[in-house]
Amino acid sequence: MSPITLTVNGRAHTLDVDPATPLLFVLSDDLALRGPKFGCGLGQCGACTVIMRGRAVRSCVTPVSTAAGADITTLEGLGTIERPHPIQRAFIAEQAAQCGFCLNGVILTAKAFLDQNPKATDAEVQQALSGVLCRCFVNTRMLRAIQRYRNSPAAAAAAAEQEGGGR
Amino acid sequence: MTPDALDALTRSGFSRRDFLKSSGALVVAFAANDAWAAQGQFDTRASHIDPKQLDSWIAIAADGRVTAYTGKCELGQGIQTAQIQLVAEELSLPADRVTLVQCDTQVCPDQGTTSGSQSTPTNFNERNLAQAAATARETLVRLAATHLGVPAGELTVAGGTISARSDRSKSVSYGDLVAGRKLNVVVDSNAKRKAPRDWTVLGTSVPRIDMAAMVTGQLEYVQNVRLPGMLHGAVVRPPSVGATLAAVDESSVGAMPGVVKVVVKSNFVGVVAAKPWQAMQAAAALKASWKDGPALPPQPEFYDHLRRQPSRDAFVVNSRNVDEMLAKAPTVVRATYLHPYQMHGSMGTSCAVADVQTGRATVWSSTQSAYPTRSGVAMLLGLPADSVRVVYTRGSGCYGINGADTVAYDAALMSQAVGKPVRVQLSRKDEMAWENYGFAYAIDQRAGVGADGTITVWDHEAWFASLGGRPGYETPGNVVTGMLAGFATAPFRPAQAAEPAGEFRNGSNAAPSYVSGRVAQHAGGAGTITSERVLTHTVRSPFFTGPLRSPSRLQNTFAHECFLDEIAAQVKADPVEYRLRHLSDPRLKEVVSAAARTAKWETRPSPGPDASGTGVARGRGFGCVLYEGDNGYVAMVAEIEVDRASGRIATRRLVIAQDCGPVSNPDGMRNQLEGGALQGLSRALGEEVTWDDQKVTSIDWRTYHSMTLGDEMPAVESVLINRHDVEATGAGETAITVVAAAVGNAIFDATGVRIRQVPFTSERVKAALAAR
Repeated sequence: MSPITLTVNGRAHTLDVDPATPLLFVLSDDLALRGPKFGCGLGQCGACTVIMRGRAVRSCVTPVSTAAGADITTLEGLGTIERPHPIQRAFIAEQAAQCGFCLNGVILTAKAFLDQNPKATDAEVQQALSGVLCRCFVNTRMLRAIQRYRNSPAAAAAAAEQEGGGR
Repeated sequence: MTPDALDALTRSGFSRRDFLKSSGALVVAFAANDAWAAQGQFDTRASHIDPKQLDSWIAIAADGRVTAYTGKCELGQGIQTAQIQLVAEELSLPADRVTLVQCDTQVCPDQGTTSGSQSTPTNFNERNLAQAAATARETLVRLAATHLGVPAGELTVAGGTISARSDRSKSVSYGDLVAGRKLNVVVDSNAKRKAPRDWTVLGTSVPRIDMAAMVTGQLEYVQNVRLPGMLHGAVVRPPSVGATLAAVDESSVGAMPGVVKVVVKSNFVGVVAAKPWQAMQAAAALKASWKDGPALPPQPEFYDHLRRQPSRDAFVVNSRNVDEMLAKAPTVVRATYLHPYQMHGSMGTSCAVADVQTGRATVWSSTQSAYPTRSGVAMLLGLPADSVRVVYTRGSGCYGINGADTVAYDAALMSQAVGKPVRVQLSRKDEMAWENYGFAYAIDQRAGVGADGTITVWDHEAWFASLGGRPGYETPGNVVTGMLAGFATAPFRPAQAAEPAGEFRNGSNAAPSYVSGRVAQHAGGAGTITSERVLTHTVRSPFFTGPLRSPSRLQNTFAHECFLDEIAAQVKADPVEYRLRHLSDPRLKEVVSAAARTAKWETRPSPGPDASGTGVARGRGFGCVLYEGDNGYVAMVAEIEVDRASGRIATRRLVIAQDCGPVSNPDGMRNQLEGGALQGLSRALGEEVTWDDQKVTSIDWRTYHSMTLGDEMPAVESVLINRHDVEATGAGETAITVVAAAVGNAIFDATGVRIRQVPFTSERVKAALAAR
């Protein structure tokens, strides 16, 4: 055990954990966050995704030690029930969920990709989601929601911010 | 305890207690400390919540908010929102004034299992929650009539207020009306439901009540439940099917960080540790030796293996002239269809939290069966059922019995062993290698065709493998943890088939839609063929099995709907026209016509013009069913492309027409149709449980092949036939039932090659094309 400092959704946390612990367990257990979820523990499904250093990362196979000092955003870091982020609003508008367990991976993977590639085509967006599962198969609604967000001014603004931030 | 965990424990208790205080009703005396004693003694099945009492279903707080209690829970399909709409509609309230408490055995009535597309038929027609809500409205109007001195017939209800039509100043709110009074009435089976034509809340696309919480990561799943002092458990399953425990070396993990205890009960092994990662690592490191069970039947020969096993046989229908009719038919068509074991493959692995204390236990579980799980946990722990509380808490979509029940047992056993709350979440492998799979099937079809091209006789004979299943109230050994802990799996007893008696029941869709279903002089089927025999053989499965979305219905429908197409092709008839020719049920005929019309179906026999070409071939296929024989009508057109070089299938368009009676929430129904159709496509094209001589080998998303968000998806168009003059049926399992058939028929239409085995992998399609 050794103290590790993580910055999650803008807040710094110093934790005394085994540095080999996957980041997911630290987020969901030590920090009691609900966004990142255990789906497979193998980096195969996307449920545990977080945005770290501007990229979608599978937290279930990311040792917490490699996240030290990085800015980490989880699903709850985007928006709130009262003020959802535009990409979350797009999912609400399309009613793009059933059980909702995969949403974390879908939304964060799409968000990180569009931040880097704001003009991505539908095919490119789908390619970026090729390692993400939804077992309720809400695929068509989710893709529509992502397109809705991509086509909104909010997506372009987010991408510009990313670029300005130099990440 | 997190606020939500506290809430999960107490929200219903407190709101109910508040209600009881304010209403003065004495249905159950509740207080946080005497809740257990208040329950008294009950048999395994008995709930202290009396479903005959209105107060068991509906509570009205002093502020006028309505809380409804249901035994049918949200599994991700929208039934929470729909039930809120139902209660709001009957009580003339906006949906946001209604709260729904789902499947907490402390406060909710026992409605068995949320499954089988039964939540809508159970709670939306003239029974149960719907009838309770209607009774509540009539009771409130009656109370208001007395309170206001206005005859009930002259009162009107809107927005939670009852007022006189002639003088709106004479009015009283629900909250004011109920406060200080007993609402102690029996649910009235004659209470009048609102007619669908008068609906303002039901029948509309009310957005999912949980959507904003889901998309913002705020919704509490059972995976998120955290209790003070809670430990984490991980299971150590046997290395192979049927293996038994020889020895455990507890010292092998004794020095590992955080390890609290190794828990062994018969063949059940688990490790409890302070943190989840520690528990998982210790479970992986624990030295246990196992004695192998008998070798598994080789997978390549499995369908033949099924036919050689002792079987429990049953007739669904038998006109006793089938052999004779087949013998004299000018043309006999025969084919065999094969369907593999498939898995629920939930997105999140199953999880439960158990807090077992001396003499009592609480389990937070995403089980579909709160009360049966209560009984099963009680049996495992050696407690009376009324000392166990199961609090339903959302999990990952289950599509049937995933690992939710078994992991509830895991958590309970480990919590009992350490005397502290324990949370268990299964590993991906433990979920996939040991779940209750959807049945593997081998289905023989034979039909005789008359000189005019009409089918005169249909013979169905199927073999399918079954073991365990839902534990129900008494059989925890039907899932892996119960079995490992020493409880017997429901015994398999071979039996000869008895002649069908009573009335025609087609709950598993073993009978095709085209037979008359004549049992005891009454024809209950959807079709016209009167020479009919449907015989099923259940054999013992080497793996646990259980309901997987459209259990047996999907497998049987795959066979029937492909076979109908094969016969149509033989007589060069158009598949839609040929279906209509053999159907008698007008609602089924209507969805068939509606799907064909919407898809602009071209009337011609299959195969189509592309079948003689090379390269990419396009084709269309049809499938339809009356789900469970009485629980929803659906028809589907699939338009696909087959790349003859690779064998790859690309599905371009699915058109679905559905009649499930009055539609509670049109957008919710469309979401179910779309998801069901695409899940059906994933199952048809790629999903198959695999094994070697000892163990299951499809244990993650590399070895069990699901479609992902990166896969090309067809456009899905749905046509809802919204009928107001009939009862509501289920709608969550209809579309998935016909996908494999529609796609299989489209492959034939495109290429002239018939694939009779699911999944339609590229390799299988390519091999079939090459073998032509």
